[in-house]
Amino acid sequence: MRSRFVMTSAAPTKTQYEAVIGLETHCQLSTETKIFSPSSTAFGADPNTHIDPIVLGMPGVLPVLNQRVLEYAVKAGLALNCQIAPYSKFDRKQYFYPDLPKNYQISQFDLPIAEHGWLEIELVDPKTKDVSRKRIGITRLHMEEDAGKLVHAGSDRLSGSAYSLVDFNRAGVPLVEIVSEPDLRTGQEAAEYAQELRRIMRYLGVSDGNMQEGSLRCDVNISVRPVGTEKFGTKVEIKNMNSFSAIQKAIDHEIDRQVAAIEAGEPIYQETRLWEEGSQRTISMRLKEGSSDYRYFPEPDLPPIEVAPEQLTDWQAELPELPAKKRSRYETSLGLSPYDARVLADERTVAEYFETVVQLGADAKLAANWITQDIAAYLNAEKLAINEMALKPEMLAEMIQLITGGTISTKIAKDILPDLLTEGGSPKAIVETRGLSQISDPKQIEAIIDEVLAAHPEELEKYRAGKKKLQGFFVGQMMKRTSGRVDPKLTNQLLSKKLNS
Amino acid sequence: MIDLEQVRKVAHLARLELEAGEEEQFTTQLNSILEYVEQLNELDTADVPPTTRAIEVSNIHRADQLETFGDRESLLSNVPDREDDFIKVPKIMEG
Repeated sequence: MRSRFVMTSAAPTKTQYEAVIGLETHCQLSTETKIFSPSSTAFGADPNTHIDPIVLGMPGVLPVLNQRVLEYAVKAGLALNCQIAPYSKFDRKQYFYPDLPKNYQISQFDLPIAEHGWLEIELVDPKTKDVSRKRIGITRLHMEEDAGKLVHAGSDRLSGSAYSLVDFNRAGVPLVEIVSEPDLRTGQEAAEYAQELRRIMRYLGVSDGNMQEGSLRCDVNISVRPVGTEKFGTKVEIKNMNSFSAIQKAIDHEIDRQVAAIEAGEPIYQETRLWEEGSQRTISMRLKEGSSDYRYFPEPDLPPIEVAPEQLTDWQAELPELPAKKRSRYETSLGLSPYDARVLADERTVAEYFETVVQLGADAKLAANWITQDIAAYLNAEKLAINEMALKPEMLAEMIQLITGGTISTKIAKDILPDLLTEGGSPKAIVETRGLSQISDPKQIEAIIDEVLAAHPEELEKYRAGKKKLQGFFVGQMMKRTSGRVDPKLTNQLLSKKLNS
Repeated sequence: MIDLEQVRKVAHLARLELEAGEEEQFTTQLNSILEYVEQLNELDTADVPPTTRAIEVSNIHRADQLETFGDRESLLSNVPDREDDFIKVPKIMEG
């Protein structure tokens, strides 16, 4: 047990609390068809378009597992450092709710496909910018089918509706549910965990992780206890957060609420609370009456799953390098800052673009700067993905090499960038045809200095009278006259010499 | 042995409404069924893995290939109440 000693002056010692947080995350798998039937999983169709007798649980139908669901679940399990079950099965989870057509959900109970994993989160201290890492345990990952969607007529609140409308398009859509160990302690840690999970799923290509469309949903279990105590407090579940910042805010709010209740001597109820984005608070949804009785039993229509060792080896070999690995490699072997490493490794396409540029011989730090600054700004403004723009990795690599080789200055590179971003092309050819290469011949620069000084006799006189700041003015004139092509360092040196001679 | 309380609980979980007489009747009947099945406990099954299916097969999959079910209307026409393309159900929570 960890204990924390808090320095207090004259004030009475206040009890310090810590939160114990676990997440249950549902990820929709990016398959074409449903988990047990060949209907479409496409989002946004008219209500009840993607339905069939299996989805609706008509009598006599036979569900058959979509092979890609198993592949994606196993790959997700491997990426989360889980043990893949040599023998796994599906079970029926029984409950009544109008969004569940069969009155049971096909899920996995005691033999999930993957267990005992972990992922590593990276935390940046908001004040010091220090980076720390923490390993979060993954209890289990299992496959299951999604339920339908309810629309509550006559009210935007469930309780005020006169009746409800059901759309079964989402019923039978494949999900993996990922349950974390209660290793998280703050809203920030939980939001980082959810983000890392999303990154991993997107790297694998097994889920798009779109929170707005419900492809990634997080339920949070949270309790607080005095620091140093072993016993968990009463667990409260919070739902309905549809962004990472909402997860963080909902948890921080809930920690404050529970601590305040304990301090005031009020009870904490075991209940489900909803996060209200509008009022930035959680509200009680329903009290949980003991543990639910789902009466799980083995799904008789689906045979067990035994992943063959050769199959497992093949799937393992297909895994890409994952974001945590990339971040640490970018920092240790490429010398990037933790910040740059984080930004570049966030999306697989960006990371791969960056790596190609570096492989082609460009300086890693410069490549990181161009990608995370000018290019990122352009992609953001145009709402483009990095692989959709005209500037291909080999072009950026060429441009960076022109800079490091001294052929062009950074300023010229910035000047030609807009055309490269929209049209592409060879930076080398552009520099040649437009005559933009850097002027670094001292003789040539001296000649231009003479021209500039001759054109500004008054400034020259003032400079020589002691107004040394005017050197900047002359450099500006040099740049103007050459459209920024003169080597800035050399220009400054030669200018000083001339001015002070 | 199963008692009246357990019968009520199971009935509630299955959303069955039972009359008082039925509760008594089912308690007796369920008990005799359980006693009958209980005979199996005479066998030592400690080292026998549970049988969950009649046929010993594993790894039955299908390819992720789209096939649209052609007769959506026949599915929707089965539901008790509709509002356009939606299925209409009674209100879920009191309140």
